[in-house]
Amino acid sequence: MQPLTKRSKVVVNKEMSLYERIYLPAIFSGMMITFSHFFKKKPTIQYPEQTREFSAVYRGQHVLKRDDNGAERCTACGLCAVACPAEAITMTAAERKPGEEKLYREEKYAAVYEINMLRCIFCGDCEDACPKEAIFLTDRKVNSELNRKSFVYGKNILVEGVEKDKRVDVSKRQTPGVLEFKKHKQFEHNR
Amino acid sequence: MTLGYVIYKLVLAVIVFAVTLLIAMYSTYAERKVAGFLQDRLGPNRAGWFGILQPVADAVKLFMKEEVIPSVSNRTLFIVAPGLSLLTACMTGVVIPWGTSITLFGTSYSLQVTDLNIGILYLFGVVSIGVYGIMIGGWASNNKYSLLGAMRASSQMISYEVAMGISIIALIMTTGTLSVGQIAAQQQGWHWNVLVQPLGCLIFIICAFAETNRAPFDLPECEQELVGGYHTEYSSMKMGFYLFAEYINMFVSSAVISTFYFGGYNMPFVGRFIHDGNLLAILGVVFLFAKIFFGIFFFMWVRWTIPRFRYDQLMNLGWKTLIPLSILNLVLTGAWMMRHEILSVFIK
Repeated sequence: MQPLTKRSKVVVNKEMSLYERIYLPAIFSGMMITFSHFFKKKPTIQYPEQTREFSAVYRGQHVLKRDDNGAERCTACGLCAVACPAEAITMTAAERKPGEEKLYREEKYAAVYEINMLRCIFCGDCEDACPKEAIFLTDRKVNSELNRKSFVYGKNILVEGVEKDKRVDVSKRQTPGVLEFKKHKQFEHNR
Repeated sequence: MTLGYVIYKLVLAVIVFAVTLLIAMYSTYAERKVAGFLQDRLGPNRAGWFGILQPVADAVKLFMKEEVIPSVSNRTLFIVAPGLSLLTACMTGVVIPWGTSITLFGTSYSLQVTDLNIGILYLFGVVSIGVYGIMIGGWASNNKYSLLGAMRASSQMISYEVAMGISIIALIMTTGTLSVGQIAAQQQGWHWNVLVQPLGCLIFIICAFAETNRAPFDLPECEQELVGGYHTEYSSMKMGFYLFAEYINMFVSSAVISTFYFGGYNMPFVGRFIHDGNLLAILGVVFLFAKIFFGIFFFMWVRWTIPRFRYDQLMNLGWKTLIPLSILNLVLTGAWMMRHEILSVFIK
């Protein structure tokens, strides 16, 4: 029969020789193996000071984008909530009042937008589903919290700041393929 | 006995006690560090510089923990047992010669707290009492795991004490003394006893591992079978005492092995270059401690390399291998010492 690996070995139940029965040589060679590990490079990452290098398209904590004028892009269409396989997203829509044009880009907006970070599996389907390029996953990690309720992130955490320096760069997640696809306005959800 | 003599002995005893405790304390740190490095980890490195304050943090934690005394336990014995364990562990340090002697203001001060002429017997007596701490603790807990652990510990220690004793008898035959101080003094230069008694040394080291309940002989506390062994019911600093006693025992065992077989405070070659007595004595202490630290490292190294014995394997090794070997060693030593008399029988 073909052996499955190169390391496979036929087990023989033969009598041990005196050399093997003393055990000391085997113990000594074993101790040399552990001792050699004493000087090996340690793979530990000292977390708070050092961080693991992330992929450029890492899927971490979400961001709700604003447009160039600082108005929220989200129109509370609910496609992200429908797309979400973990059912982590909930939202309540509201109608834009006159005078709020600076705050919300379209005439409908999300009054409440919540993502349960404990339910979220960070698949990125919400991002794919969004017709307005409003939600993106970023390379930020979700912090630890002391209770479950704190993991339900509302708009106060999710929406990016208006100021230039508080904007979250998502250009890495806007892959050329995605951008190209979103140009095709004949698709309903790209309009 | 003058007042100065009393003060000197008192100071020496306190220093030995303090150093023993300090080393035991840092052995816990060293153990975790060595274990980490042998397993490609870093070990504790957060509390202080390189984690140097870790033992302090551990001690504070143990003191702060809730003290649980089971209601079904024998309260007095339950409290006495860890103390007994720690006490006997600390008592062994007094007969070990830490160095030759230091001359101050014309008086010579020996660096051995007391050179009993039956030092080895004292050492064995105290080590044997150490079993009581474990046995009483396990029995007083009124828990079957504790009792099983305690029984294992005591039967293991009694079995291995036999082989240890016989291997030591061979050493006593060659050195001709029961005084630990004299045994150390006889090993001037390279005349280490390990070269005279290699088999005895090996048996002694193996038995020392069993006596200190360290891996691969740590059956009394083997987690898979016995939860925590004899200290299952213990918490807070009482449990700390047991763990601490183990590390003190390890330190003392290393010191005893170094003194009996590896020349103690004697250093080869150094005597030729340095003639100042005090400096030589201090160098001797440093050299002894270097040997002891290597011994402690060796204990840890073995613990993190070799898996635990099964109980029957442990008993087989003790009674069927080590005791016959130590008796063989005894007979060979005797035959070698009497070789002229034996030969004269045949060549008459």
